[in-house]
Amino acid sequence: MTATVESAPVTTRHPERPSRRRTQARRALVPYAMLAPGIVLFAVFMAAPIFYTLYLSFQKEMVEGLGLGSGSRSQVFAGFENYVSALGNPEFGASVGRVLVYGLILVPAMLGLALLFALLLDAKRTRTRAFSRTSIFLPYAVPAVISSLLWGFLYLPAVSPFYWVFEQFGWDVPSLLSSGLVTFAIANIGLWGGVGFNMIVMYTALKAVPSEIYEAATIDGASELQIALRIKVPIIAPALVMTALFSMIATLQVFAEPTTLRPLTNSLSTSWSPLMLVYRDAFTRDDVYSAAATSIIIALATFAISFIFLRVVQRRAFGQED
Amino acid sequence: MRRTLRLGALATAAAAALIMTGCAPDAGQAGTADDPVELTYWAWAPNLDKVVDIWNEEHPEIQVTVNKQDGGDPAITKLLTAIKAGSGAPDLIQAEYQKIPTLVASDALADLADAGASDIASEFPDGVWDSVTLGGDAVYAIPQDTGPMMFYYRDDVFQQLGLSVPTTWDEYAEVARAVHTADPSKFLGTFSANDAGWFAGLAQQANSEWWSIDGDAWGVGIDEEPTQKVADYWGGLVEEGVIDNKPMYTPEWNAGLNDGTQVGWLGAVWGPGVLSGNAADTAGLWKAAALPDWDASQPSNGNWGGSSTAVTTQSKNVEAAVEFATWLNTDPEAIAALVTETGIYPASTAAAAGALTEAPEFFSNQPDFYDVAAGAAASVAPFQYGPNVNVAFSAYNDEFAKAAEAKSRQAFLDALTAMQTITVDDMTSSGFTVK
Repeated sequence: MTATVESAPVTTRHPERPSRRRTQARRALVPYAMLAPGIVLFAVFMAAPIFYTLYLSFQKEMVEGLGLGSGSRSQVFAGFENYVSALGNPEFGASVGRVLVYGLILVPAMLGLALLFALLLDAKRTRTRAFSRTSIFLPYAVPAVISSLLWGFLYLPAVSPFYWVFEQFGWDVPSLLSSGLVTFAIANIGLWGGVGFNMIVMYTALKAVPSEIYEAATIDGASELQIALRIKVPIIAPALVMTALFSMIATLQVFAEPTTLRPLTNSLSTSWSPLMLVYRDAFTRDDVYSAAATSIIIALATFAISFIFLRVVQRRAFGQED
Repeated sequence: MRRTLRLGALATAAAAALIMTGCAPDAGQAGTADDPVELTYWAWAPNLDKVVDIWNEEHPEIQVTVNKQDGGDPAITKLLTAIKAGSGAPDLIQAEYQKIPTLVASDALADLADAGASDIASEFPDGVWDSVTLGGDAVYAIPQDTGPMMFYYRDDVFQQLGLSVPTTWDEYAEVARAVHTADPSKFLGTFSANDAGWFAGLAQQANSEWWSIDGDAWGVGIDEEPTQKVADYWGGLVEEGVIDNKPMYTPEWNAGLNDGTQVGWLGAVWGPGVLSGNAADTAGLWKAAALPDWDASQPSNGNWGGSSTAVTTQSKNVEAAVEFATWLNTDPEAIAALVTETGIYPASTAAAAGALTEAPEFFSNQPDFYDVAAGAAASVAPFQYGPNVNVAFSAYNDEFAKAAEAKSRQAFLDALTAMQTITVDDMTSSGFTVK
């Protein structure tokens, strides 16, 4: 199509050729002009900070003597020093380990519940569908900091209504903010906020399935449960893969919940999650250089994990499309 | 991506700061009423601008504009960014004492010794003056307020149990046991792993030297006898279970202040504000006393909080700035306004005595409140902060949180060792000479 449109003016003779060429050149620039705002914004707010972070990650600050007075501090090239110390930092390894445990608790529970709710909402006999859908989705609209504060109050035995009830029954329930249970406490906040969003994604995918398939299955004698497990779940597999991927990335980046809960308990350190470690290094310890190196490592790891995950599940999830 | 965005935000902040300097004063000449010297002042104390208004009215030749900051930490982060960027810093900044060495190490603070600041040393207690000179000849800031530590307790509970106010730490431990035995839900206090400044104050009282300057080298003495004594003492009480192990300033702690399960609090002179804000209904039930001593014959105290007025290296009007800062922190009229408007406890000894006569409303049952406070302020031991207080403080949060959770005396001592190691490692890896 485009080829014929472009070739048309060339074959047509015209007296005012130069001005025509100018119009053509101008026309060729139009798409770039339209792209310009996007490109500029991307360059200024995405590309430039990323390159600056890369640059900083290879620098460090050196001090001489007491470090007091002018000129005693200078920024020097550090090579891979920041990367080596970040990878060798036991706090970093520990934070990654904690986040993996957190993810193992959160992601299956969140996606399982989301799938269950999506299938229930999609089932024929379900009543008060709109109300249920909204009330399950609503927590997603609450910012993580707010929900962490709310849950923080509910977790603290002295101010929590739950613990008041437990006490009336004479049960001795351990504090959810104690070191053994705090990961569950944080995962619960993520679960509360995340189920609704994932459910909506899955439910939307279910709505897109043509109803003839279900009719055919019913005629063949399949029960509601069989339809759900053998037809609905395999059909929305791509949506499941996508939500799993997003959930895994969100898990690696957990920050707001543990940061908000930290002042309430002794069992969360300032390096509980990898991003908290980056934040502490950059803004508490004034060491943006090693914070930059750790950021790059986390970004690369996130990218690698997403890529591997997609490679592994793609064939199974999207197999029928090939 | 979010991390890189945050760095971008830093750059934006720097750019914004650049724009703000567009209206900085042009030359260093003395101002006149028609062509005044204009000074910018970053501060976060509430209502400070009202005190500055008094100055501006009386001194048409030097006009000061207060630029309200979010708090001590964000203001310093912003200042360090402006210093790195080469412009954008204000003339004056409100700086907490523990931030001064960090700021000096980043070459952010001007030496005020030659601009007339040395002459007012006698206005302030020695311990406070040391923290703005770092023990040398330079003067990096003018002290504004201090936070001598005090012991707050529920007088009604003490009377009910027939307890007397502890004057030594041994007595404090006895009272803690008595309170907890009488009612296991009650504690005389809590060991807070969240408040490094609080622990530093307790260490200061025990005559610790966390940092020291020896010729060209820094000494770090966190894990040494005085602080070990403090850590061992608190570890013992927490292990025994007679002192709570939960952090301060949580909803749970507030509930404890209200319902009487927290029977005492090791706070500072600004405590009435905290207590009236968090437990207003308990007004009249509390009393204040001096911090218990290690040795009753040698009263000593520590500081928790307090800040100073510093002049930045980017200021072109250091002398005018010093003139203003001196007025703000020593003039009786200014101090009186600071006390009523911002509610601080002034560092200037004479001015504090003149301005603070009537006890705070929350302590109307204790008319001699400010006499107790004056005694607490007079016995503050000297204490030197180092160039990486931020690192040591965040190490305190992490290591002592673990120890408090473990409720073991040995864990407290291990935490102190870890705090020392992290602090020294950070200094050596940045290139500081550490002996």
